[in-house]
Amino acid sequence: MSTAVAIVLMAAIVAYAIFAGADFGAGFWDLTAGGPERGARPRAVIEHSIGPVWEANHVWLIFVFAVLWTSFPEAYASITLTLFVPLAIAALGIVLRGAGFAFRKAVVRMEYRRVFGGAFALSSVIVPYALGAVAGGIASGRVPAGGRAGDPVSSWINPTSILGGVLAVAAVAYLSAAYLVWDARRLGDPAMAAYFRRRAVGAALAVAVIGAAGVFVLRADAEYVFDGLTSRALPLVIVSVACGVGALVLLVRDAARGGRLLAVGAVASIVAAWGVAQWAYLLPESLKVSAAAAPDSTLTTVLVVVGLAAVIVLPGFVVLYVLDQRGLLPEEGAGDAVPGVKE
Amino acid sequence: MGGGLAALATVDPVPWARGQMAFTLAFHIILVPLGVSWAFLTLIANYRALRHDDSDALLLAQRWSKYMAVTFAVGAVTGTVLSFEFGLLWPRFMGQWGDAFGIPFMFEGIFFFTEAIFIALYIFGWRRLRPWTHFWTGVPIVLTGVFGSAAVVAANAWMNAPTGFTLDSSGTIVDVDPWRVIFNDAMPLQAAHMIIAAYLVGGFLVASVYATGMLRGRRDRYHRVGFVIAFSVAAAMTPVQLVVGDALARWVYDNQPAKFAAIELVPETASDVPETLLGRLNDDGTVSGGFAIPGLASWLSDPSTGRDTVVQGLDAFPADERPTTRQVNIVHLAWDVMVGLGTLLFLLSVWYGLVWAFRRHMPRSKWFLRVAAASGVLAVIAMEAGWVVTEVGRQPWIVYGHMKVEDAATGNTGVWIMFIAVVVLYTALGVTTVLVLRGMSRRWRRGDGFTDEGTPYGPRAPAEPAERDEQEVVP
Ligand code: HDD
Ligand code: HEM
Ligand code: HEM
Repeated sequence: MSTAVAIVLMAAIVAYAIFAGADFGAGFWDLTAGGPERGARPRAVIEHSIGPVWEANHVWLIFVFAVLWTSFPEAYASITLTLFVPLAIAALGIVLRGAGFAFRKAVVRMEYRRVFGGAFALSSVIVPYALGAVAGGIASGRVPAGGRAGDPVSSWINPTSILGGVLAVAAVAYLSAAYLVWDARRLGDPAMAAYFRRRAVGAALAVAVIGAAGVFVLRADAEYVFDGLTSRALPLVIVSVACGVGALVLLVRDAARGGRLLAVGAVASIVAAWGVAQWAYLLPESLKVSAAAAPDSTLTTVLVVVGLAAVIVLPGFVVLYVLDQRGLLPEEGAGDAVPGVKE
Repeated sequence: MGGGLAALATVDPVPWARGQMAFTLAFHIILVPLGVSWAFLTLIANYRALRHDDSDALLLAQRWSKYMAVTFAVGAVTGTVLSFEFGLLWPRFMGQWGDAFGIPFMFEGIFFFTEAIFIALYIFGWRRLRPWTHFWTGVPIVLTGVFGSAAVVAANAWMNAPTGFTLDSSGTIVDVDPWRVIFNDAMPLQAAHMIIAAYLVGGFLVASVYATGMLRGRRDRYHRVGFVIAFSVAAAMTPVQLVVGDALARWVYDNQPAKFAAIELVPETASDVPETLLGRLNDDGTVSGGFAIPGLASWLSDPSTGRDTVVQGLDAFPADERPTTRQVNIVHLAWDVMVGLGTLLFLLSVWYGLVWAFRRHMPRSKWFLRVAAASGVLAVIAMEAGWVVTEVGRQPWIVYGHMKVEDAATGNTGVWIMFIAVVVLYTALGVTTVLVLRGMSRRWRRGDGFTDEGTPYGPRAPAEPAERDEQEVVP
């Protein structure tokens, strides 16, 4: 049963990476779009593409936390005790980001828009870095079991964490650029489609370089996960690389479809590969999933809730999606890129 | 200098963690009532608009739904921070009790997800959906708001009445009864009290905006309809709240006697205990100041035995199992504030009801409007005070009778830094939220850009500015 819950947890993390990741990445491109005039057009596309969905996408993180603290309380305690600093930064960054984005749309004066826009964009880069660093700290076995605190500094300033953080920023930028190409086309703006296509290709290459460097970092610093990635999780790694290469080819050729899906596949499978690589550990080499698990009655409840969510929440999404497809909702459609494939 | 740094490095995290938890919750809880009850007010206006072809009500419903989008977004980010804080501030609490305490939050997740979807549908759907279909997409928002807060309050109530788990000899949870965790003994009354509070706060807050407008001379029908819808809902809830609050107080009397002693300021166990208004407890156990109504506390605790009812005093509990003198004074003052404001709001509602009954219109006097303009803030204060009673009154326990706060807190000495950052960030957030909402309202009043006057359900060109504004901050 703890295995089933661990799969749910991993699925939720993957969903968060894909859906919120694309949002974060949009913030990255917002940040790098240049001054108010030069950046106006890309920012308009960005706003159209994430406007309606940014908040629903964030519920995934809350869901990840709730599953974690209910099903694996000991691990949750260890993680939050050890990785206090990056998690605190992520929490504050999320406030800044959500509020900045919401307010930017609700105000009209240019100078206010710039302040809120800046808050949104900067925190869009900080939050994925911090969360990537958290993942790195866990993957490299720096979080002890038993609800104890590990090293407050080296747990998140270490080679694997830096790799995790940089990779997270690059990956969300890549993902989001691939989305934005599609959105710009949908908005009938070929110039912007080309703009984001160039950036998507650039980000894809950056991810590839970081990923290649990462192999060496992991071998030196996170042996267990490295071994996992080269054995248990190897198929997923191969899928990820294949998707990545495929997406790159499609992007370079400016293919009409498929690029977005493959980009999602690349990111999703590499995150899943991380999970499989550190199996059967929740905290590599110190706490196994089965040992960390709450009593069966709690796990059953968690699974029941997940089932209920599929029954209750999914129809809502389907409605939203169908309305969007029929053009009953405004152009920017709330159905697109919403976690429509949840559960 | 070096000494100062060393001192900073060893700052005791517990008071900072408490302060931060209290601050962020107190902030979040102001947005919650808007999320819970504003949708209901909006639907009333929407219903009126459709049934009676009332264009003022329609305008209200549309604007309210857009304000709601902003407050919902702020509620969501501050709620996300709370989820972080459970671990960052209270890791040992979560580590030991997460298997039980976490369960209500799983359900809360479903409700919030659903709420987010339907808020999106409702706000997007103004022109694209058929009017009644659109109306019905608002109903789930109301329901999920109620169930969502019931789920969260269930978690809080569980801290007051922890049940539904089995411990082994080392104190680890080995079995959980999810049903008993959620429907713990404190949950029904606490959830009811909070949900009604949400309607009080939401109703009075919205009404007070229109009362202020009327005081400034904007006495048009639009303002009157806005006021009457919001105020009537809140006014109808006030007597219910008094009854539920009274029942809740008796629950506390039966189940958390130390908290009750703090509420009623009872230093020593006795019968014929007076109800002390204001006043304070001194360290030597005497009560000074205040205004005592003989026997009333005893009588209220159990009317069947009247003034003979024995109320346990603070001296009935070891010093480390009851709130400190300072905490007792906080609880007692907060209690007086909540009950006092509750009574005041009730009287205000009676005034409103009587004028309607006899004159068939709302009270128009300046004095009524002045008090009504303050009612929103007063209701917020009452709600905050109520939470202070619950939370500080439970001290020193985090899980009543099982775990103390100091055993639950993080050992991270850097909490104070996060606390300061949070206060700065939230202050900016609060100020900006108010300014943004006011800015929206001003723009509407001036009628430029942001407005929806005209035929709201008519087909519109997709590129119209008002159209785009609709997608604002949809969750
Ligand atoms: C507008 C808000 C409001 C108003 C007018 C009242 N309350 Fe209240 N009260 C709350 C809002 C609130 C609250 C904030 O919602 C609390 C905190 C926790 C909870 O569940 O409800 C609360 C808690 C609370 C508690 C503590 C429960 C506990 O510790 O478990 C008691 C005993 C009462 N209330 C009783 C009353 C009485 C007798 C009132 C009548 C005059 C009253 N309340 C008016
Ligand atoms: C579901 C709702 C809530 C939960 C689960 C909750 C949980 C907690 C926790 C875990 C603590 C820290 C431990 C402690 O000091 O006991 C705390 C403290 C506190 N909370 Fe709450 N809380 C909730 C609602 C609120 C609200 C809405 C307020 C608003 C005012 C509030 C006010 C406080 C205060 C003042 C403290 C500090 C008490 C003290 O240390 O003396 N709580 N709460
Ligand atoms: C300790 C406690 C709390 C935590 C961890 C918490 C967590 C959250 C989270 C994560 C959200 C955002 C959900 C989303 O938008 O998808 C949220 C919003 C909300 N919370 Fe809380 N919350 C707490 C206290 C409370 C309390 C005491 C209540 C009510 C009684 C409450 C009621 C709500 C409601 C109704 C929303 C919907 C958004 C809104 O209306 O602003 N929460 N909360």
